[in-house]
Amino acid sequence: MTNKNRKIVSIVLTTIIAIIGFISLFPLIALIISSFRPAVELIRNGITLNIDLENFSLTNYEYLFTEAAQYWRWYGNSLIVTILTVVLSLFFSSMVGYALGVYDFKGSGIIFLCVLLTMMIPFEIMMLPLYKLIVNLGLINTYTGIILPSIVAVNAVFFFRQFATGLPTELMDAARIDGSTEYGIFFKIMVPIMKPSFGAMTILLGLNTWNNFLWPLLVIRSNDLFTLPIGLQSLVSPYESNYNVLISGAVLSVLPIVVLFILFQKYFVSGLTAGGVKG
Amino acid sequence: MKSTVKKENKLIKFLNSKKVVPYIFVLPFILSFSVLTLYPAIQAVVMSFQRILPGQVEFIGLANYRRLMNPVFYRAFRNTLLYTFFTLLVLIPVPMILAVFLNSKIVKFKTILRSALFIPSLTSVVVAGLIFRLIFAESGASIANQFIGLFGIDPIVWTTQSWSAIFLMVLLASWRWMGVNVLYFLAGLQSIPDEMYESADIDGANVFDKFRHITVPFLKSVTIFVTTISIIGGFRVFAESYVFWGASSPGNIATTLVSYLYQQGIQRNDMGFGAAVGVVVLIIIFLVSLIYLILTGAFKKETR
Repeated sequence: MTNKNRKIVSIVLTTIIAIIGFISLFPLIALIISSFRPAVELIRNGITLNIDLENFSLTNYEYLFTEAAQYWRWYGNSLIVTILTVVLSLFFSSMVGYALGVYDFKGSGIIFLCVLLTMMIPFEIMMLPLYKLIVNLGLINTYTGIILPSIVAVNAVFFFRQFATGLPTELMDAARIDGSTEYGIFFKIMVPIMKPSFGAMTILLGLNTWNNFLWPLLVIRSNDLFTLPIGLQSLVSPYESNYNVLISGAVLSVLPIVVLFILFQKYFVSGLTAGGVKG
Repeated sequence: MKSTVKKENKLIKFLNSKKVVPYIFVLPFILSFSVLTLYPAIQAVVMSFQRILPGQVEFIGLANYRRLMNPVFYRAFRNTLLYTFFTLLVLIPVPMILAVFLNSKIVKFKTILRSALFIPSLTSVVVAGLIFRLIFAESGASIANQFIGLFGIDPIVWTTQSWSAIFLMVLLASWRWMGVNVLYFLAGLQSIPDEMYESADIDGANVFDKFRHITVPFLKSVTIFVTTISIIGGFRVFAESYVFWGASSPGNIATTLVSYLYQQGIQRNDMGFGAAVGVVVLIIIFLVSLIYLILTGAFKKETR
């Protein structure tokens, strides 16, 4: 097509894309703007197009930072659970994935098949028996109960294995001659090489844990132990009037993630498409 | 003294031997799989044949499955089917077209749009649900009702009609997953060699021809993959319903199969019955996965 046509099409398509982008971001923008409106208005009218700059109000945030101790307990719980889950899961999942990708040992095929099968079983099918198991182990309403099922994350194992099949195994022989143990090879040589996969998996595991809803919903019983999603959801009800905490708390639960995303986009994209499953 | 030191050395040598090390590495998975995957998976089926009361478990054969044949379960099945159908309708073609846009050379600001589409998937389903609850609030001043007001329609109570219940859930899911599906299709598009389009240009093909005869066939495997995970995701739907209505919606307009499972298995503590619901969902998902594997030729014998 002619240059002129090209330019017109380019402008038209870019405009369409810009509109789509705006529509996509609109709900979040609406959330942020609404957090600066008085909570009573939200309860009565929901989110409106009333961007009354005169009545820009910080009361929701004021309340959140001064009176809403419960919310910050939830925030802390989410932080603890997320950090513990990510650290433990990275440690164990990388070990398993690495071994499956690097060593050729009897049973590795079957084990990998089990990894694949586990990835295919939806959590919703397991939730009742897992719940019964955690009850029987006395781990209901504990951090351990929340974290335990996530310690060996099969999506991460799969990802690490794929990455590990591309590792330079020649380095291993050299290291062995130098007297290193297999564990030493893993921790001192291979893990640094695997850094990009650790980055992607940190994001995948971190995001999924931070936003995780179903399992904490089953396992957590007391308000003090709620993670953010459970806590925020508990504020959503026709009878409660804690919309000031709800709206500002919701913004603050999403903001760190968006900031991290803008900083570490590359890892988000690779990590989350590796995750595959909608969760 | 000397014999214990000898024994320790032997143990350390054993644990460090090339034969044993891989097994040590995968031990966490073996433990986790046995206790947290295999055992619960077997239990998921076994429990469906039992009546489970505190301190007492009783084998009752197919009784739970007979109880499944009730109007609420049928409604849940119908809602889940509708939800899955409509999410597929939106979340396959639209991301595909958007991915084509994003892959084209004449569109600007591609990375920004890609990010804009992707950011919704960073929100938790709770926050997303909150936003849509508020946008679709029943008051006449809410954005949704203002919008339909432009067409002369009276405010709707979005959370109490059957059609709008499905609509809200589908909208919520579409908003959150559009960006992820776009990324999948983008990855698929990037595997199409440019020469194909170039030779089509030489042959005088227009945009639509190129899309139909080059892009779509090449995207076949990605499309099958995205469709499969979308169907599976559709049958798992629960949170999208819960964030609007909790575990029970008026007239069960938004009860899904998993909502029903949660309601019966957790809230009513009737775990055997809940497990039966779970087995039905499992069978459906298993069949879908099987069809996927057949379609992608996992069972085809290699031709030599």
